[in-house]
Amino acid sequence: MTGGSDPTLLTARGIWKSFDDHSVLRGLDLDVARHQAVVLIGASGSGKSTLLRCINGLETVDAGTIVLDGDLDVTDPSVDLDTVRRRIGIVFQSYNLFPHMTVLDNVTLAPRKVVGTSVAQARDEARALLARFGLDAKADEYPDRLSGGQAQRVAIVRALAMQPELMLFDEITSALDPLLVGEVLDAVRELKSGGLTIVMATHEMGFAREVADRVCFLSDGMVLEQGPPDQLFNDPRLPQTREFLARVLA
Amino acid sequence: MVYKDPVRQALARRRARRNALVGMASLIGFVVVVAAFVASTPGWPVVQETFFSPEQFADSFAGLLEAFWLNVRIFLVAEPLILVFSLVIALVRTLKAPIFLPLRVMATVFVDVFRGVPTILVIFLLGFGVPALRLQGVPTSPVFWGTTALVLSYSAYVAEVFRAGIGSVHPSQRMAARSLGLSTFQTNRYVVLPQAIRNVVPPLLNDFISLQKDTALVAVLGPIEILRQAQIDASSSFNYTPYVAAAVIFLALTIPMTRFADWIQARMARRQRAGGVA
Repeated sequence: MTGGSDPTLLTARGIWKSFDDHSVLRGLDLDVARHQAVVLIGASGSGKSTLLRCINGLETVDAGTIVLDGDLDVTDPSVDLDTVRRRIGIVFQSYNLFPHMTVLDNVTLAPRKVVGTSVAQARDEARALLARFGLDAKADEYPDRLSGGQAQRVAIVRALAMQPELMLFDEITSALDPLLVGEVLDAVRELKSGGLTIVMATHEMGFAREVADRVCFLSDGMVLEQGPPDQLFNDPRLPQTREFLARVLA
Repeated sequence: MVYKDPVRQALARRRARRNALVGMASLIGFVVVVAAFVASTPGWPVVQETFFSPEQFADSFAGLLEAFWLNVRIFLVAEPLILVFSLVIALVRTLKAPIFLPLRVMATVFVDVFRGVPTILVIFLLGFGVPALRLQGVPTSPVFWGTTALVLSYSAYVAEVFRAGIGSVHPSQRMAARSLGLSTFQTNRYVVLPQAIRNVVPPLLNDFISLQKDTALVAVLGPIEILRQAQIDASSSFNYTPYVAAAVIFLALTIPMTRFADWIQARMARRQRAGGVA
C-alpha cells in the first residue's frame, strides 16, 4: 500500500449531495484512521447511508472529494469504479445475497471473476472465511435456507472475500429479528479485532459505545459532533447531540 | 420426527379415493352426454363422413406425417435463433449509456414493428418480396424466408418476455454485484440474467408452443409442410378429414409440451414457496 505511514486511510472533504431539491449532505468532512472503527449515528434521513454510498461510488457526489489511502480519489469523474469497489467493501441492510447461487458461490463469485483467483483457491479461502464466522456448515446451502443473521454474516464474508482495505456497514442489523442481532454484531467485533478499518452506520447505541473508536453524530448533512464514545455518549457538547441521545436512549 | 394419527390418515385416504371416483364418473358422464348430443344433430352423418372418415384419415396420415417433418425442422432452426436474438435485443434495450442510443433506438423500433405486424404478413412480404429483388447470393427458398419471418416476428415478442424478466430482478441485486467490483457485463452475466431467465421460463415455454403451431403459416408461401399437404389431400378428395388428421398430429406434439410447461411452472411455484419461509 502506498500511503502506509499515513495514519489516515480515508479523507472526505466538503461533501455535498442532493436528491432533487433536497440536500442530504451539506459540506460534510470525515477522516477515518487505519484500523479504526468509526460509527455514524443520527436520525433517519441524516445522511448516514448516503455518505456510505458516496464513499463506495454507488452515488456520485455533487461537490467535494473522497480520497482513499492518499492515492485513490473516489469522487474523480474518471475514476475506475471497479477499482474503488475492490478496495472498499459494503454490506447492506437487506443482505442482497444472490438467491440462485449457493453460499460458497456467493462468496467466490467476485474473487474469481474480478480478481481472477482460481476456483480451487477461491473456494479454499471462502471456506476458511466461512469457518471463521461459524458458517462452514452452510457453504452448500442456498440463501433461502438461511436465517436473517446467517444471511447477513454471509453477506459480510462475501464482501470480506475481496480483501477490502475499508469496510462499510449500512445499518446491517436493522432488518433483523432482535434475537439475531447479536450474532451479526459478533462478526463485526471479530473484524474489528482483526484490524480491519470500518465505517458503520447503526442504530445500536450500546454496540456503538462498545466497539467504536470514534462516534460521529450526523445532523443536517454534516458531522455535527464527534469524539470517543465515552465522551460523546456521556458528555456531549452540543444540545442537538444531547437531544438525539436522549430520544434514542430513552 | 413426524407423527400422524393413523385414524385420520385412513379417513383422508378414503376421502381422496372417493373424490377420484366422483371426478372420473362426472367426466365420463359429461363426455357421453356431449357425444350423444353431437351424434343426434341432423347434420352429423354428413359431418362425420366429411371430417372423420377413417379411410381418408388412413390414406392421408403417412403423407401428412412426412410433411410435418418440415414443420419440425423449421421449429428446430427457428427456436434457438429466436432465443439468442431476442435476448440480445432485450439486453440492448437495458443499456443506459448515451453512446448506445442508436442501438437502443434500433431495438425499440424492431420490437414495435414486428410485434405490431401480423406474422402472416411478415411471411408474405419477406417470402415474395425479397426473392423478387433478384439479388445475387441471396437465397430465394420460401422455407428460408418463411423461417426468417417467424424468427423476426417471434424475436420481438420473446425480447419483451426477456425484458420483463430482467425488470423483475430487484435493483438491489445489481447494486450488490456492482459493489463487489463486478463490471456491468459480469453483473448481467452472473447475477441478473440467471435470475431473469428463471423468472420467465413459463411464458417462454408458452411462446415455444405457439411457434410450433405457427410453423404452419409458412404454407402460404407454397412449401409442402403439413397444412399445405392437408390442403392438397382435401382438394383432391373433396373431404376435410386430412385437416383433422393434421390437427391430431399437431396435438401429439403440443399437448406433451403444454404439460411439460405446466409441470415446470408448478415446480417453480413450489420452490418459491419453500424459499419464502426464510
